[in-house]
Amino acid sequence: MMLLEMASSAFPSRRAFYDPAADKSISYEELLHAARIKSQVLRESGTQRCVLLDTTNLGIPIALFSSAWAGIPYVPINYRLTLDEIDALLERVQPAYLITDRDREPRYRGRSGLHVATREEFRDAGPINSADDFHWSMEPDEIAVLLFTSGTTGIPKAALMRQRHLCSYILGSVEFMSATEDEATLVSVPPYHIAGIGAILSSVYSGRRVVQMPQFDAIEWLRLVREHNVTTAFVVPTMLARIVKALEGRSTAGLPNLQSIAYGGGKMPKSIVARALELFPDTEFTNAYGLTETSSTITVLGPEEHRNALSSDDPDVRRRLASVGMPLPGIELDIRDAEGNSLPDGSHGEVYVRGDQVSGEYEGRGSTLDSDGWFCTRDAGYIEKNYLFLEGRSDDVIVRGGENLSPGEIEDVLLDHAHVQDAAVIGIPNDEWGESVAAVVCINGSVSVSELQNWVRDRMRSSRVPELIEFWEELPYNETGKLLRRVIRDRLSN
Amino acid sequence: MAILSTGQRLKSGVCTTEIMVITAPQEDLDLTCGGAPMTSNGDESNVSLDPAFAEGTTIGKRYVNADGKLEILCVKPGQGTLAISGDRLKLKDSKKLPKTD
Repeated sequence: MMLLEMASSAFPSRRAFYDPAADKSISYEELLHAARIKSQVLRESGTQRCVLLDTTNLGIPIALFSSAWAGIPYVPINYRLTLDEIDALLERVQPAYLITDRDREPRYRGRSGLHVATREEFRDAGPINSADDFHWSMEPDEIAVLLFTSGTTGIPKAALMRQRHLCSYILGSVEFMSATEDEATLVSVPPYHIAGIGAILSSVYSGRRVVQMPQFDAIEWLRLVREHNVTTAFVVPTMLARIVKALEGRSTAGLPNLQSIAYGGGKMPKSIVARALELFPDTEFTNAYGLTETSSTITVLGPEEHRNALSSDDPDVRRRLASVGMPLPGIELDIRDAEGNSLPDGSHGEVYVRGDQVSGEYEGRGSTLDSDGWFCTRDAGYIEKNYLFLEGRSDDVIVRGGENLSPGEIEDVLLDHAHVQDAAVIGIPNDEWGESVAAVVCINGSVSVSELQNWVRDRMRSSRVPELIEFWEELPYNETGKLLRRVIRDRLSN
Repeated sequence: MAILSTGQRLKSGVCTTEIMVITAPQEDLDLTCGGAPMTSNGDESNVSLDPAFAEGTTIGKRYVNADGKLEILCVKPGQGTLAISGDRLKLKDSKKLPKTD
């Protein structure tokens, strides 16, 4: 709330959010006013959560800020889940004020524990008793957001972020009022993704107009960038891959106004980044790595490092294109072994992170930070000369004959092959070794299994050579760009 | 004199300045704005702005003390100058970071 109040006092009439589909926008002053009104609506409803089950629209920032004002957690839910999955999540968050679209509304209306409003009803809602005006709490420990993790490995966990976590993240990574009035950012990540929350907060604090995109489509994305003079954008790997594909045959995207593209949220194939750098010669690229539990970004690989990686003769500098960069100010990293012992630089282990923005807390199970405040990301990786390299989830590490093999490392080598477009490496059960290496690759052109095996053998120890390689049309990703290894494993075992 | 804590909000008693504490040491500090103590409600009706501490504060800027252990954020600007025991706080240099989201 403090962030919005500051923005509203510094640039009240500047356009804050713009919905191109409805051709409607809202200024910072209007947003602050709406947050105040809706906070009373939320409070009068007597509910304890504000749940959002809807695609991106102008009501989203209002829901986020009015929840903060009312002092109740904001809970955006993934509308792409099945109805049963959504029901299970709703059970966990009621009594709740549910904002949803008109198509979904009848299913939930009248259900106990839910106060249901359509997007339009929420927009038009006013308090019954306007004398009941109150100021927002300044309690830094108040829960701001509950986000269900994507649950690629099990039941979704409700990660919670307190006001102080989000505030630390914004203050540590964004300069107040750093954007000029003509800057705009295109937000195509869904509202239930941590990057969607981060985008709202950092845009408000920097004074950068948000152009909303409810449903990603590469052609539409390119059109919006052009038509609305978009200057920055964040994309997940699948989005950038589709944008690059949509520009096939072109030498450049012809979007010189697009100053920067940040990407993150999953592993980005190096070939896509390299191609994107060619297509957007005037655009700066930033790789951001973060988790829901860390209030978004914790490490950044900046534009200069991207350029240097492409032009340098130094193999260390070139390799940095595969890194997620260096920690933000206020963030510390550590690599540890399975027993939790700190490892020296260059050693492979699990990534631990510490900092004021790191929550590491889940509803119902409390904080998972250790006594010194460190959070285990469950991501495997190593640090080399201050640069963090990720090697996939530590649960995905393949144990072959007692040796730990990183899927990411083998995938990187496969992706370096000119005919390999995408690759996933997983462990499959093996009687002799416990697990053995299998790869699923998407290729363009003609290449054989033995050629790829030789390619890996020439570059890595023989234990890393995939014993099984299958060619697939495409790899399974969830809609925010996370590779679904479980799906690959299931399909391979059949 | 008070021990400040992260997230704490304070108001000036002599101008419109409001701040939030970002980091603070575990020690008693005499934080003033415009020469008068900062308090949680800004209530300091008997004093006026000291002209020697009237360079003003800027919204969104961060201020630090000499040893860097205290860092505060100006959330509302005003005419006073921020100081600890008479020593002016300095503007913290901002490091430009690439936009990430």
